[in-house]
Formats: sequence, structure tokens, C-alpha cells
Amino acid sequence: MYLILNGSKKEIAEKTTIKELLLQMGLEPEKVVVEHNYNVAAKEYWDNTVLKDKDKLEILKFVGGG
Amino acid sequence: MKDKLVIGGRELKNRLFIGTGKFSNNRIIPDVIKKSGAEVITVALRRIDFGSAEENMLNYIPEDCILMPNTSGARNADEAVRIAKLARASGCGNWIKIEVISDNKYLLPDNFETVKATEILAKDGFVVLPYMSPDLMAAKRIKEAGAAAVMPLGAPIGTNKGLKTKELVKIIVDEISLPVIVDAGLGKPSEAAECMEIGVAAVLVNTAIATAGNPAVMAEAFKLAVKAGRKAYLSGCGTTNEFANASSPLTGFL
Amino acid sequence: MGFYEKYLQFRDFDFESFFKKVTDNDVLRIIQKDGVNEMEFLALLSPKGEKYLEPMAEKSQRLTLQHFGKIIFLYTPMYLANYCANQCVYCSFNVENRISRKKLTLGEVEKEAGIIAGEGIRHILILTGESRKHTPVSYIKSCIEILKKYFHSVTIEIYPLDRDEYKELIDSGVDGLTIYQEVYNEKTYKALHLKGPKKDYGYRMDAPERACMSGMRSVNIGTLLGLDNFIKESFFMGLHAQYLQNKYPGTEMSISLPRLRPHVGVFEPECRVSDKSLVQLIIAMRLFMPRLGITLSTRENAVFRDNLIGLGITKMSAGSKTEVGGYALKERTEGQFDISDTRNVEKIKAAIYKKGYQPVFKDWQNI
Repeated sequence: MYLILNGSKKEIAEKTTIKELLLQMGLEPEKVVVEHNYNVAAKEYWDNTVLKDKDKLEILKFVGGG
Repeated sequence: MKDKLVIGGRELKNRLFIGTGKFSNNRIIPDVIKKSGAEVITVALRRIDFGSAEENMLNYIPEDCILMPNTSGARNADEAVRIAKLARASGCGNWIKIEVISDNKYLLPDNFETVKATEILAKDGFVVLPYMSPDLMAAKRIKEAGAAAVMPLGAPIGTNKGLKTKELVKIIVDEISLPVIVDAGLGKPSEAAECMEIGVAAVLVNTAIATAGNPAVMAEAFKLAVKAGRKAYLSGCGTTNEFANASSPLTGFL
Repeated sequence: MGFYEKYLQFRDFDFESFFKKVTDNDVLRIIQKDGVNEMEFLALLSPKGEKYLEPMAEKSQRLTLQHFGKIIFLYTPMYLANYCANQCVYCSFNVENRISRKKLTLGEVEKEAGIIAGEGIRHILILTGESRKHTPVSYIKSCIEILKKYFHSVTIEIYPLDRDEYKELIDSGVDGLTIYQEVYNEKTYKALHLKGPKKDYGYRMDAPERACMSGMRSVNIGTLLGLDNFIKESFFMGLHAQYLQNKYPGTEMSISLPRLRPHVGVFEPECRVSDKSLVQLIIAMRLFMPRLGITLSTRENAVFRDNLIGLGITKMSAGSKTEVGGYALKERTEGQFDISDTRNVEKIKAAIYKKGYQPVFKDWQNI
């Protein structure tokens, strides 16, 4: 199965949770924000939100800005 | 008497807010923040580019600072609302700087969409600080929509031209009972002082510090200028005498 | 919330201590700065401010010129009736006073209108006592219908109305309201208004705001100078004008500065307001609210009025009579108060021109 992650296709294993994906990508979960199928995915649900085939996921972080 | 600035229930000691964009190296940001004394720090939210090793800005901002994400990139109210909600989901607080820009030439904010976004986000419990063009009627609508402050621009973003909108900003300061924060356009500490002297509550500076030869020293210079301007305002600025003596007194008949 | 909350903020304010702290430098600085806040306005009204009338007058003259130009706007009052249910101790129309009572018939209104309009006047201010029985809103509407034929602007100075009543009169052609609180000090107000609907301090205080809400184009408020402490009353009037202007920026705000004049009855003013104090109030108001209309009536004498042209006032009444039917009718009633500047419109025009100003009869037409 695959996801649309930040606009590109990404193959992932079945039954991956959001939290697991973030760790696999080498991200610090406490410092990123996730949008799952156009909805804000609150941090407390990352552990038990299992990603499905063709889900759209946006992972964002803070950068410099004025 | 204590001179307090309270926004969104938070009491702030420092009236200089700083932005974190355009620095040549993010590693100097902690020192810039320290020297500026700023408690409110602006950041932007962006999709992670997995191909680059861009660092997360949160690594450089001290924990005790108030994080004020902006909605840069938003071209209308809906996009601003979407970005604001994502920013809040980071767990870094509920402050948001609304920035809606649909004009790529001058980068001037869209006051109409800003009012709409303010209303939605204020109702949703955000502490909303909208960046705006200094228009009194728009400022009134923004206040009615529930904003915690209004942030008129001093000059177009990034131009370092100073307080070009002084007359209009002064009107907003006089008429709107919210903290007025001049955001964008300030290039020199003297211009930050000029803002403070007319009663502006705080200033937000980014480019002028980020692009200075020595950003940390410039940050400190802005801090001092903001303090000087504020003190001048509180002490009641004297003005130059504009009056020539009338040849015959106007009140001589009394 | 209404202006009363603002009044409460300052009701128990220690004015005396504040005045002691005002320095000469404070006053000079305030005179020279752009924009005057409420405490600075109070400092200008203070005894210390009186020492600096001349520089204050220069600034006031400059601001007035900047915002209004070299013009004085003229209007004339017309008393429709002197029936009144109130017992205001300072007024001739007091229900207890044995004066002859009269209400103009519509024919008489037309006659009066013809004479006043014949003098060149195009803005009329109509007045009544407070009697919903003798001069109901329907009567006032009928008068307006007639007056519209003669005048471009009809403004009212009548008993306070409800919002929908103001709306009704606006729809029939009224574009301005004049209503004085008379006295802001609530205790004094209760002591001076012994009987009648006017006893309701709050209803009167909110009347100008109700008119603003109904879409009245211009609103003129005032305090009867002499009924209570001059500085405090002036301060509250200023706050009231500013409150309304801020909340209803589309309304044209003005104030009047009526000093108590001789009238039928035995009431003596609490304090005499000197010429100097009145000038201080006019120019302090100008510095506080640069765009405010300031009206000076024929209660003041000709010499004093002429000297004030250019200093801050923007509107004057001319050729006024305060009796019902004073312009056309032979049979005379008592006036509401005695007129001091008795010159006719022609003479007042000449006096204004002589000061280098233009008398204006029409600055607006309701279409």
C-alpha cells in the first residue's frame, strides 16, 4: 500500500500508525504537525491511528518566519 | 506605576517581538532572542521537505518564549484558518498571527479576508493577532471580530523603509482600544522608537535584525530603542513650538 | 452599555487632587501636542489651564480653521409651544409658573416659517416644552411637513423620544437633534427636576444615543452652565460628546454651551460662569475634539459673540425669539429665557463678514 505524503507517493507497510511512520522517517514527533486526509491529526491519536491505503498525509514543521 | 502589556491574558515585559525568518544561520537565533529580550517569537509552518536537511525552528527557540506562528502562505481566510489549526495542534500554544496575502507584487495583506479569519479563529479560542494594512475601519472590524491586538504595517514587508504609515497608525492607536503592534517595514532602531513614541504597544521586527551585519547586536539595539521610545511616550513627549506670537492677542477682550 | 457607565467612572473622581498635580509645563505640553486624551482635556479645563488661555486660543483658532474654514453657520430657533409637564426650577416653562401657554396652529407655524425664511435663514431648530399631551409626536410631524417647504434642514429640540419615534421623525424629514442633559451631576439633576417625566435622569442621558442609533444625521448635546460645578460639568459633557462620536462615527456631533440666563422664577445659579471660563471651555473642547461643532446662542451678548468668531465656535443662532409665535404673532407669551444678542439676521451677517468670516445658511439638504 502507499500514501500521498507531502504530495508524493510513499510505500509503507500495512497497519502502520502515524506515530510509527514519523519515527521511521526520523522525525521528532513532539516537533511536527500532521494533517491526515485534510484534517488536523491531534498528537494524542497518533499512536492508534492506523494509516490506510491512499491516505493523504501532510507533515509540517516550524521554520523561520516573521 | 507599572507599565504592563497584556495580550491574550499574558503579561509581557518586553515590547519587542521578533521574527525568525531570513537569518543566514539559524544557530545564531538563540543569541538573538536572548539579546533582544523578546518574549514573543514568530515562526512559520511549512511542509517538511524530506530531501533537505532543514532544521526545525523549535530547536532554536527557548521554551519560555511565546510562540506566535503566522499563517504565511495563506491567500484567503479559509487557508489561514487551516494553517492556524495545524499550528495549534503542535501543542505550542494558541497564539496566531494572521497573515493573508494575495498580492505577490507588494505583499500587502488582504484586510477583508483577515477580518473573516479573525472572527473564525477568535471564536475557536485562539489569541488572534492580525497583520493588516493600517485602515481604521478594518481595524474596527478586526476588533469586533475578537482580535487580541491589531498589527498594522509600517511599510511593505521586508522593505526596511520605516514608519511610512505614521499618520494612519496614529489614528488606529488613538481610536482602537486594543494593543497596536507595528509589524513589518521597520529598518532601524530609531524607527522602532518612533513607533513607541506615538503610543504603539509593541513592534515586531524581523528583516532588519536578520539581515544586519551582526544580528545579535542589532537585536539589542532594537530592544533599547523600544524601551527608549516607550519611556518617551509615557513621560509625555514635548513638542516643538509651532506658534508664532499673534500680533494682537485673541483673548484680549476678556 | 451607555454613557452612564462612563459617568460612573469619574463620578467620585478626586478632581481637586488632580488639579493640584497639574503643572504649568503639563498645560503647555498638552496645548502643543497632537491629540488630547480625556485626562489632558481635564487639565486644560483646570484652574491651571486658565493661565494659558492665549496659547490655547491660538491652537484652537488654527484647528478650527483647519477643519471648518472661515465660516460660521447660522440657524434660527422656532418655539412651537410652551406647554410643559416638568418642574425644572431654572426654566420659565416650568409647569408651576403662571405664564400664558400657547401652541402654534399649523397656520401659525407657516406664518412664522415665512418670516424666518424671509430673512435668508435655511436651517430651523424647532422647540417645545415637554408635553406629550399638547405637543405629541404627530403634531411635531405635521409641523415638519410645513417647515420642509421653507427650510433645507429641520432640527428638533424637544422632549426625549424612544428610538422608533426618532426614526419616525427622521423619516418625515428631521436631520438633527439638540438635547441637553442640563446637568450631569446626578444628585443635582434630581434636586432641580422636581416633577414630571424629566425626572428620569437615565432616559434623558441616553436620548442622544437613541437618536444616533436611529440614524440621526447630527446630534448636539450640552449642559446648562451654572447649575453645578463648571469644570466637572464641562468635563462630563466633553466625555459624553466623545463617547457618542467614537461609538457613532457617522453622526455629526456638536455641543452647546448655554449659560443660565434670567428667566421667570426665583432660581439662582449654583455658580456664575465667567466669560473667561466660557472661553476656556470652548477652546479646551476644540483641542479635545478638533472636528466638533460648537454652537453659541443668542443667550450671549453681541460683543462677546463677535469676539468668539474664529476662536472655536462653528454655529450661531441669529435673530432668535424664545417666545411661542415670537416672529409673527402680535399676542406675546413669556420667552423661555431672555435673549441677549437681539440683532437681526442682517446685522449678524454683517458682523460675521466684518470678522473676515462667511455666514453660511445652507450646508446640507435632505433629499
